[in-house]
Amino acid sequence: MKTSHFQTLKQQFNSITSRPSTDWEAVNVPSEYLVEFCMHLRSNFAFDMLVDLTAIDLGINESPRFVTIYHFFSSINHNYFRVACECTDTEPPTMISLTNIWPAANWHEREAYDMFGIKFQGHPDLSRILMWQGYPYYPLRKDFPLAGIETDLPGKDVVEETKAKVIPAPLDGGPFHGVQASTVKKREPKGYDESWSEQHPKPLS
Amino acid sequence: MSNSIREYGYNSKVEGEVIVSTADAVINWVRKNSVWPMPMGLACCAIELMAAGASRFDISRFGMEVMRFSPRQSDCMIVAGTVTYKMAAALRRIYDQMASPKWVVAMGACASTGGMYRSYAVLQGVDRIVPVDIYISGCPPRPEALLDGMICLQEKIASERSLKNLYKKENTSIK
Repeated sequence: MKTSHFQTLKQQFNSITSRPSTDWEAVNVPSEYLVEFCMHLRSNFAFDMLVDLTAIDLGINESPRFVTIYHFFSSINHNYFRVACECTDTEPPTMISLTNIWPAANWHEREAYDMFGIKFQGHPDLSRILMWQGYPYYPLRKDFPLAGIETDLPGKDVVEETKAKVIPAPLDGGPFHGVQASTVKKREPKGYDESWSEQHPKPLS
Repeated sequence: MSNSIREYGYNSKVEGEVIVSTADAVINWVRKNSVWPMPMGLACCAIELMAAGASRFDISRFGMEVMRFSPRQSDCMIVAGTVTYKMAAALRRIYDQMASPKWVVAMGACASTGGMYRSYAVLQGVDRIVPVDIYISGCPPRPEALLDGMICLQEKIASERSLKNLYKKENTSIK
């Protein structure tokens, strides 16, 4: 069932490169050809469904830092196709929106914006989808600690009444924080301290 | 004249029809046997909450089956599930809309402490924004555990100084 579209696509889009993949075909596409390429995929290869749209943070010192990933599915040929596209190295990183081609991209792009801060140009309403409006950070970036960063709770009236804040979650000895150690005593989660995200900043590798 | 006054005084012959008690006991007895919970179902704990309301566990045996989805009609908020920071403001506003006297039950690990969600997005315990009366452990708690917690709440209601609180502005702030 696996048929390679790469050679056919390469003839029309010379700048695409093949991307290592263990399951379905994957290609890297430069962002300036992304819309054209995706239109071509949809019209001529029957990839009529955008299954998933996500992004990768390759590391704070990498260039390019952010890559968006698109998973397409053809409901006629029953095969998948994966496209990776590098974002610009600006802050915020930018990418072209695909909402005009697949309406399903709308919420996925909002999620990628929410988690990584990627601005999708041409998106009809690029607002946060999981975190609340006005949250100042992008949680899935590599420089964001799992515990979170102290900031204000949404809802001014509630903050006034309760004096509550968004605080870094305690990670000491929490569930699923076991360590591979020799004795049970050392394996016990409460004996294991990985509190760099609370008291100490995350070591930047 | 003096005779008529004496008739209204305490007479042991009318014991069979008159019950002598304290106002607190009567008010608390009424309150504890007609708890109207507001199911603040936010995650899988809500499934157990529904199970507690269904026929096998039957929360109505203990007098708190009248689940109301409006805060105006309920007096006990059962926070069943993970409270995210985004939800926290809504939860507090719903609590504020409930009429006094009101109680809060933190059902399960997430509502009590944040549970396994040691994360940037989850409120680490609902007691940061509302005063909690009963904490129920479990992830999620079995319906029996919820019933036990609700019976504990009834005991707590029964031991309150309700009459004193009638004339006092209720303190619902977080210490």
